[in-house]
Amino acid sequence: MTKKLACLFILSLALFFLSFTVGRYPISPGTVAAILWSKFAGMPNGFNADMETVLFSVRLPRILAAALVGSALSVSGAAYQGLFKNPMVSPDILGVSAGASFGAALGMLLSRGMVATQFLAFTFGMVAVGISYAIGTLLAKRGEPVLVMVLGGIIIGTLFTSFVSIIKYLADPYNTLPAIVFWLMGSLANVSLADLRVASLPICAGMSLILALRWNLNVMSFGDEEARALGVRAGALRLAIIVCATLMTAAAVSISGVIGLVGLVVPHMARLLAGPNYTRLLPVSLLLGATFLLAVDDLARVVFAVEIPLGIVTSLIGAPFFLYLLLNTRKGWL
Amino acid sequence: MLEIRNADCGYGARTVLRNVSFDVPPGELLCLLGPNGVGKTTLFKTILGLLPLKGGSILLQGENVSSWSRRRFAAKVGYVPQAHTPPFPFQVKDVVAMGRTAHFGVFSSPSDRDMEIAEEALCTLGIAHLKESVYTEISGGERQLVLIARALAQRVEILIMDEPTSNLDFGNQVKVLEHVRKVVEKDRLGVILTTHHPNHALMYASRAVILGRGGTVSTGTPEAVITEGYLKEAYEVEASFHTLEGRHGRRFSVCIPTT
Repeated sequence: MTKKLACLFILSLALFFLSFTVGRYPISPGTVAAILWSKFAGMPNGFNADMETVLFSVRLPRILAAALVGSALSVSGAAYQGLFKNPMVSPDILGVSAGASFGAALGMLLSRGMVATQFLAFTFGMVAVGISYAIGTLLAKRGEPVLVMVLGGIIIGTLFTSFVSIIKYLADPYNTLPAIVFWLMGSLANVSLADLRVASLPICAGMSLILALRWNLNVMSFGDEEARALGVRAGALRLAIIVCATLMTAAAVSISGVIGLVGLVVPHMARLLAGPNYTRLLPVSLLLGATFLLAVDDLARVVFAVEIPLGIVTSLIGAPFFLYLLLNTRKGWL
Repeated sequence: MLEIRNADCGYGARTVLRNVSFDVPPGELLCLLGPNGVGKTTLFKTILGLLPLKGGSILLQGENVSSWSRRRFAAKVGYVPQAHTPPFPFQVKDVVAMGRTAHFGVFSSPSDRDMEIAEEALCTLGIAHLKESVYTEISGGERQLVLIARALAQRVEILIMDEPTSNLDFGNQVKVLEHVRKVVEKDRLGVILTTHHPNHALMYASRAVILGRGGTVSTGTPEAVITEGYLKEAYEVEASFHTLEGRHGRRFSVCIPTT
């Protein structure tokens, strides 16, 4: 167990470093190390300024964004699977991605600039989940509101997806429409350090609280009644986890667009490595999510001459991998 | 000691049972008996605080529990649900350690001491060898014992068990009930156990609370309240009672349907 974790940690560090070297402007690992070291030590270096610009203004934000978004999606996916007692659940289940997509599309339609678009994406992601949550708690007559909440999420998700279609229909087909379509496919190409600074706040806040509460997710996966009989305030805990996961996912989606399957597949990979106990599962999901999206983003950057949208690559890799996991389950983890 | 005082139970706008009163002192094995749909589940869920009490009060050591937090209540009263399968393959020792949740902070995980207590609970029930097993892969009888171990690890004074013998084979039914009797006699726990078998109540219980159709409730020794008349009224079954001699020369009666 500790060995596996150590391997994973070393792998993610190595990948983090290697990611600086991949791209259309090739920089050798030795050069990357030298530039990083000189920057770190505050010394001038003999390399040209272009290289430094590529490393620190183009690749660094992108690498940090991949790690941040990957871990945010994976941790919220893992938390939701426990909270909703269902391994098939992804962070989108309450409509956060659909809401954020609508917000982003609206921002682009009104052409209010990048910051406003991200803000609208984040806000409507939260609004969509808020409505699903309200449906779940207000309409569930008695017993567990989980099922009603998930059904509410599906309806709200569909509703916001059709709002996105309305905007696409109205959008200028030469500029705005392609921008919306590309945004919906997901990309980390345009993330700046300033975006990261803003998005990392809700992500880190949500992640810290979920990590602190992670033992309770074990108990919650046995259902509300048992959790309450074991001393957990199930309703309050569910609200806290949903707020945290939504903060994280909405912030991630607002800078990266919709990146599918990460929040569903990575928790399963983590469960295979670390077992189902959330005390170990969540930290492993965090690390694995960061590593996975970093690797996928590197592939998106180098495989073809034209960069492929990230959402497409995660699905292309995630779907067969998920089938492979399904075929090779030994213990009934599904 | 758990005291139920003039409790009215129900859900939503419906009140199913009215004016229920009984005590569960330490060392008491109380069987809750009644046909499907008369409110057994409603009653014990109300006692557990999973359904709101519609009238009356529930006292624990003389104190009204209505203002108690979930954690405080869970440190005194444990729930053993019917064994079911969770969606994830937890290890048995982790499932039992979940019984410790009420005893540590909401931001903590079980300590080494908590894991020791969990293992002790598994030893008490003779299933220490299962601690590394996967909860979703063991048999139904073993799962039921693991859930009892979880409640023991909770270190409670009162256990509420929901039909712990349903879905178990004959051997596992006897095993589970014998373990329940042991924790009642040795650890002086008070146990409320719902069952569908009048004979389980006659053989194991020190007291019985029987629910009849139309919301009638009576309490007493099993022999006194489980009668031909009750079985006819509640289950529409004609039955005759026979006295048998069990182990240690203990005499008890059993009922056999005659229709």
